[in-house]
Amino acid sequence: MAKRLIAWLAHAWRNIRQLSGDDAYERYLAHHAARHAGSAPLSRREFFHQHQQQKWSGIKRCC
Amino acid sequence: MNKKFLSVFVWIAIALLGAAALGGIALNRGESINAMWLITAALCVYAIAYRFYAAWIASKVLLVDPTRATPAERLDNGRDYVPSNRWIVFGHHFAAIAGPGPLVGPTLAAQFGYLPGTLWILIGAVLGGCVQDMVTLFFSTRRNGKSLGQMARDELGAIGGIAALIATLFIMIILIAVLGLVVVNAMKHSPWATSTVAATIPIAMLVGLYMRSIRPGRVLEGSLLGVVLLLLAVAGGGWIDHQPVLRELFNHPGLPLAWAVIGYGFAAAILPVWLLLAPRDYLSTYIKLGTVILLALAIIWLQPMIKMPALTQFIDGTGPIFGGKLFPFVFITIACGAISGFHALIASGTTPKLLSNERDIRMIGYGGMALESFVAIMAMIAATVLDPGIFFAINSPAGVVGKEAAAAVAKISSWGFPVTVEQMALLAQQMGETTLFARTGGAPSLAVGMASILGSAFGEGMLALWYHFAIMFEAIFILTTLDAGTRVGRFMLQDILGNIWPKLGETSWYPSVLLSSAIVVAAWGYFLYIGVIDPNGGVNILWPLFGISNQILAAIALCVATGILVKCGKLRHAWITALPLAWLVIITSSAVWEKITSPDVRIGFLAAANDLASKLAAGTLPPEKAAVAPTLIFNQRLDALLALFFICLLWLIVLDMLRVCARHLNGKPVPPLSEVPHQVTRLEEAWQRD
Repeated sequence: MAKRLIAWLAHAWRNIRQLSGDDAYERYLAHHAARHAGSAPLSRREFFHQHQQQKWSGIKRCC
Repeated sequence: MNKKFLSVFVWIAIALLGAAALGGIALNRGESINAMWLITAALCVYAIAYRFYAAWIASKVLLVDPTRATPAERLDNGRDYVPSNRWIVFGHHFAAIAGPGPLVGPTLAAQFGYLPGTLWILIGAVLGGCVQDMVTLFFSTRRNGKSLGQMARDELGAIGGIAALIATLFIMIILIAVLGLVVVNAMKHSPWATSTVAATIPIAMLVGLYMRSIRPGRVLEGSLLGVVLLLLAVAGGGWIDHQPVLRELFNHPGLPLAWAVIGYGFAAAILPVWLLLAPRDYLSTYIKLGTVILLALAIIWLQPMIKMPALTQFIDGTGPIFGGKLFPFVFITIACGAISGFHALIASGTTPKLLSNERDIRMIGYGGMALESFVAIMAMIAATVLDPGIFFAINSPAGVVGKEAAAAVAKISSWGFPVTVEQMALLAQQMGETTLFARTGGAPSLAVGMASILGSAFGEGMLALWYHFAIMFEAIFILTTLDAGTRVGRFMLQDILGNIWPKLGETSWYPSVLLSSAIVVAAWGYFLYIGVIDPNGGVNILWPLFGISNQILAAIALCVATGILVKCGKLRHAWITALPLAWLVIITSSAVWEKITSPDVRIGFLAAANDLASKLAAGTLPPEKAAVAPTLIFNQRLDALLALFFICLLWLIVLDMLRVCARHLNGKPVPPLSEVPHQVTRLEEAWQRD
């Protein structure tokens, strides 16, 4: 029972992190390792900066 | 077999329950009813529409194909194209589409009674808004996440594309102006509200610095810090309100506040996104989700009674909040929550790039809009649980009911909605405000309604805190929309100006950034300024214009969808979008017709301009009104022109769509379908292997 609760909480935490973009850099690193293993990935700071810049260049919020 | 039987049984039970609740709402006269009837009716309607209508559209009309690879899979770049879990996509999509619109519209439309607005929110959403969002999401997904404007250009032709671009830019400007007005009216002469809203700016900047420099990319930590600070700011505002010197720093009439909002909008548009816009958006998303959930729980827990009648006498067009009959104005006033064209921009931008499988389109497109419609139902409840006398005292502009409290309550009581000066004074004192008379715009009355619901459910002693929490909640995402909207307006303008001189199209060239930001801010700032100096409150002019422009954008999205359906050979099923399109054309055309030709000065723009002009010429206006009269006259004429322009734009694109359809049906060449060819998804098998 306790095990299942912990597993459920861990799952919920993963989803919250993904939903908020908290784990965006980790996901980027995973993507980078899988697709562009040859080159060096961006640092956390650079990635976050670019990510935000790109995110807010289109229509993101509504009335 | 047994399971199937059970499912049939459950759905029949839901249908009966929904029918009973709807019947109860619609047929009840004279007695007040419980808000749970509205909640029950709404949930049953959404459930049935989602289970049957949306499923039928997905499987029989759109032919959603779970074996087809989505753009997120094919173009996966780890950034904007990322195949995501459907609940994650749902969260992003809902956070993007749900803004202040579904809160303000139903509050204003409550002047007709609770019934018309509620029925339109339910029927408009399941047959119109949800379908629009779902089909736009589907067609954009099949086209690598192309925007509505691009789809209009590819599928219908250049006219459609330009019309979509111009409509988007204009709706953005009107939208920002009206939202700015709502915030200004909520802050007017309220040191508590003003200081709290002002505090959200440094808090957002602090969070921005935290996420960029102190702990880069730690979104949750930064957001948590910000939310705690925001709650402290709400309480701190109450403290400031009790300091005789400090409170005067934040005690301002409308006009200086409007200038502050305009200055803020310009600063937000040119500052880097990480400093203000991005952190504010994180905060507003959490506050918004938290408050909506809290409100839903409080309503279910408290089961408040609805005190507004089902229908009021104002369906005849004499309403104090805005002039105009039930038809077409209830359909214009409630855009977001029933059908909102703006959603088509989200459903054809970010969301399709995150979908991992086409089968999620029903849940995200249709389900996301159903949830927003439910938020609108809750706003309707929060407005109608107030005593109608109080509701009208808060929302009626001084120009209609008079400036003096005694005159206002006499007028409102004469309509059959009794209210006293003492009652209003006590309410204002409980909410921590100096007055609640003529606080137009919907935000204060929504905040009073929310405070009374949340206060009864979670602590009566904190009414003033709940009130200012509700004001902060509305202001923070209104200002997010203002920031984001100004920025998008700037990009669109730069895009257009780039055609004239390419250098102006560079989004990082500072002179062009300053110029285009200034133009966009000046455009909405003008309407905001007029709204503030207008003695009738401005909302009665701006909100219908906003509703019309938003519905016209929806009509453009439905035109694109109908055109694609016909070109795909699905003429037999094209009614799923053609029907809501026809309704939108009818309501927007008749609303524009009335706004231009009506001889009633409270409805017709030109009638109001001419009336004011003749009074000015006759010298019967008091000096302070005579001073602003020429500006107001010019503005009314400009508004008439704008409404005419919107409706011409709509008819242009409708006729263009019909032309393309007719050519296709007659076998003549039309722009080809721009759907990306089928490619089998590999995500499914990868998951199965894990």
